[in-house]
Amino acid sequence: MSGPELLLWARGPGLQFAVAIFLFGLLVRFVELWLLGRKTDLSEARAHPMGPGLRTVLSRSVPMPGALKHAPLVFLGGYIFHFGFLVTLLFYVPHIHFLRSILGFGWPGLPPFLIDVLGLVTIATLIALLVQRFTDPVRRFLTRTDDYVAWTVTFLPLLSGYAAFHRLGTDYTTMLALHILSVELLLIVIPFTKLMHMFTFMLARWYNGAIAGRKGVRV
Amino acid sequence: MSTPAERATNAFLEQIDRPIATFFESCVHCGMCAHACLFYTETGDPQYTPIHKLEPMRRVWEREYTLFGKVKKWLGLSKPVSEAELKAWEPLVYDSCSMCGRCSLICPVGNDIVYMVRKMREGFVAAGFAPDGLKEAAIRSLRIGSPMGVTLQALTAQIGHAEKETGLTIPLDQEGADYLFLMSSNEIMQFPEILGAVAKIFAKAGVSWTLCSTAFEATNSGLQIGSSDIAAELVQRIVAGAEKLKVKTVISPECGHAYTALRWEGPNLIKRPYPFKVLHILEVLDDLRAAGKLQIEGMEETTLTFHDPCQLVRRGGVVEPPRNLLRMVASNFVEMEDPGIHNWCCGGGGGVSSNERADPLRLKVFSRKKHQLDKLGVSTVVTACSNCRNMLEEGLEHNHMQVNVVSLTEMLAEHLKA
Amino acid sequence: MANNETVGETLASRGVSRRSFLKFCATMTSLLALPPGMAEVMAETLARTRRQSVIWLSFQECTGCTESLTRSHSPTLESLLFDAISLDYHHTLQAAAGDAAERARTTAMKDNAGKYLVIVDGSIPLKDGGVYSTIAGHSNLDMLKETAAGAAAIIAVGTCATYGGLPHAKPNPTGAVAVSDIIKDKPIVNVPGCPPIATVMTGVVAHFLTLGTLPELDSLGRPKVFFGDTIHDRCYRRPFYDQGKFAKTFDDEGARNGWCLYELGCKGPTTHNACATVKWNGGVSFPIESGHPCLGCSEPNFWDAGSFYQALSTKTLPLSAHAGAALAIGATVGAAVGLASRAKKKAAVGKHARVTADELEKGGGA
Repeated sequence: MSGPELLLWARGPGLQFAVAIFLFGLLVRFVELWLLGRKTDLSEARAHPMGPGLRTVLSRSVPMPGALKHAPLVFLGGYIFHFGFLVTLLFYVPHIHFLRSILGFGWPGLPPFLIDVLGLVTIATLIALLVQRFTDPVRRFLTRTDDYVAWTVTFLPLLSGYAAFHRLGTDYTTMLALHILSVELLLIVIPFTKLMHMFTFMLARWYNGAIAGRKGVRV
Repeated sequence: MSTPAERATNAFLEQIDRPIATFFESCVHCGMCAHACLFYTETGDPQYTPIHKLEPMRRVWEREYTLFGKVKKWLGLSKPVSEAELKAWEPLVYDSCSMCGRCSLICPVGNDIVYMVRKMREGFVAAGFAPDGLKEAAIRSLRIGSPMGVTLQALTAQIGHAEKETGLTIPLDQEGADYLFLMSSNEIMQFPEILGAVAKIFAKAGVSWTLCSTAFEATNSGLQIGSSDIAAELVQRIVAGAEKLKVKTVISPECGHAYTALRWEGPNLIKRPYPFKVLHILEVLDDLRAAGKLQIEGMEETTLTFHDPCQLVRRGGVVEPPRNLLRMVASNFVEMEDPGIHNWCCGGGGGVSSNERADPLRLKVFSRKKHQLDKLGVSTVVTACSNCRNMLEEGLEHNHMQVNVVSLTEMLAEHLKA
Repeated sequence: MANNETVGETLASRGVSRRSFLKFCATMTSLLALPPGMAEVMAETLARTRRQSVIWLSFQECTGCTESLTRSHSPTLESLLFDAISLDYHHTLQAAAGDAAERARTTAMKDNAGKYLVIVDGSIPLKDGGVYSTIAGHSNLDMLKETAAGAAAIIAVGTCATYGGLPHAKPNPTGAVAVSDIIKDKPIVNVPGCPPIATVMTGVVAHFLTLGTLPELDSLGRPKVFFGDTIHDRCYRRPFYDQGKFAKTFDDEGARNGWCLYELGCKGPTTHNACATVKWNGGVSFPIESGHPCLGCSEPNFWDAGSFYQALSTKTLPLSAHAGAALAIGATVGAAVGLASRAKKKAAVGKHARVTADELEKGGGA
């Protein structure tokens, strides 16, 4: 397949396929999880759990006292990676147009050179985090195949996007096609891996805050 | 269904709910939980990483409750949890976890890891995989009424001592009293002065209270071993006593797990809300302080600090009352590093103190508490849990540290205005 | 019509000054990125060369390519080219018609066997035996095969001949294909564009005339010298793209300030052509400079590559049907699994093994 043909497939049927698998997987995971249910807590609450739950969804992003000192790379690396990934995804004008074509609305973008720098920082951070998975005792102990798969499908869009932007690799049209395909791969893989956390973390944090909050503890 | 592995798996299936599924699905293996866990920070051994302790239950969740897990099972790509694995995990679950809950505070995606450990223990105990010490304590609780085998006789004796010392009458089985006071076996045997202290404070404050001959034990070994069946039975005895005496409030004493068991788990264990309130003794004392009924004279001058019992503060929500009370009676109260809900466990919670096999590890990880105290250089540490008191005393002795451990309630009683 | 005059003789007889001719050669040399010394060589070679026989086949086309090549205000490079070649067959430009025209073609093929250049514009329809475009009763397919057989090389001019172009766009009712889909045994140069830039067409022919070879081609058969860069990489508005300054409508402040047209659908980044450097109409302007986003007309399937006015990064096919089906099926499957889990949980509760003091005493485990 030539570059233009690959690009057209990626923008057309490829996207349809990836979005379908992604949404199918998401719904399966959400609904199968939701139906497990939860027993009502009959103890007398000190406070209604909803407020504390919602609060923790946001406040858990602030590390616990001492946490940063114990494991700086995990926290800082995690923050820089997530920030960089989200900003390059959401504030690069071509991406905004892609999202607008799906959502029906867009928003202002950042100058491409800023996105470029941020993209490079994000790539470097991801590599550092991978190295840490090999070298740090706790990370090495916990890491499984799922972690490597998730890392790879997250890394490829960043790498291919950066390469395409800088005219690295093969011709631009093919690199752009590969970039879009790598995003489609990411979409397909998300529901089958720990990448689900991008959705479920909100519920997990809510439960955490709610369970503690109804006892009057702010976490 | 008779093999241990089957019993464990069945219990896991009963326990896994929506929150647990959410937590397992959200874990990204960042390993931050290790850095909150006393047992990892003081040993550097990654096997103590909290989320790792949950691996057997996670496998069952994936294999039985998820589509992709079922597909993997069908393709022969996963294995059920084996007896050997349960045996290997038992020390991780019982020796290196005091259910302190710090892991739940640090997890960036919000996993309530201690919630999961509590539920996973149900499977272990159902399969018979629990430390001997905990099993024995639970058996004694069920058959005798106390994990230490304390009987009504022993209590009566202590009541006699307290009455003689204080000159007050200690009410027993008084129907219609406002408050039912419970005690822990540990207090009855090792720190019986607490009874006199409470009697003095209540008398001065004009509180109507009573003990109950059929429900004087607050300690819940069922919670510690992780069996709802046992925990429910023990709570039910208290509820029966409270209902018989028609009290308005049941007071949980200076015992961490008793509070969690009675205040927070209890109604769910007996499957109905209580017709009475439950308060920790410190909550009662703080209410009395706020109402002006706790009159203190003279202050404790020495520099002292407060050790936060995990089940009371972080897990129980009684955060401010100890501080309010301490500020009333101590002129030099200083907080240790990581105070309040972030404080570090004494090492003996979650049944670890009843588990002899865990002693070496428990004493080793006391280094964290030692570090906190050394940094302050205090000679007195106040606390409000008799188990913490024992663990602190043992740890301090083991490290040749000259620090006194004092009960907050006793300290207040000592400074009660005549 | 076959002609034994050299180019030099033809130029002289038409009154084209040597100066003009040298200017033509110098410009061609520069455009082809050949060393400056080649200008002299080109002039001398061309002057001595017998006028090259060229057969121009027009198939399913709009004649835009010829228009592009011949639109001129004054004697231009393009018109000079016609003096250097012998255009033996061209529907629009030839004087002859009917049988005489066809005879001119077959005679040129016979007289210059193996040496004539074939230029093709328009796509070749294949459906229904190729009836959708015929010349003198022959399908385009047959004429192409017949004419290509003795050609030295073929230059496919315009996106229709190079990639199928407009007729090839969905649903391609005539079964239109490109020259390279049919001819496999001759050198083919693709000069796409809708239409191609005149100077680009001229340059390719000039290269062949001077050097006797075809210029270096990319993976899609296009001369790298003209199609090696994208519009985006040579666009004068690129600094605005880099700064994030985009026109959002055709008449807003950005448009009037000449900002980048990416948001209005410009396909510059994926379009290879010389528009941004060589430009059109003798270097006057090109679409972007005139305020219109690049259509990507020199790329295959540009008609089917999503709207001209939607940014390059947008989807080209609708998603709602796939998304809707996926959500519905996912929810159903999830519900089935979830309900099965609930049943399993209920069964587990039913099988609950009560923990009693006796049970603990019995041991098992530790």
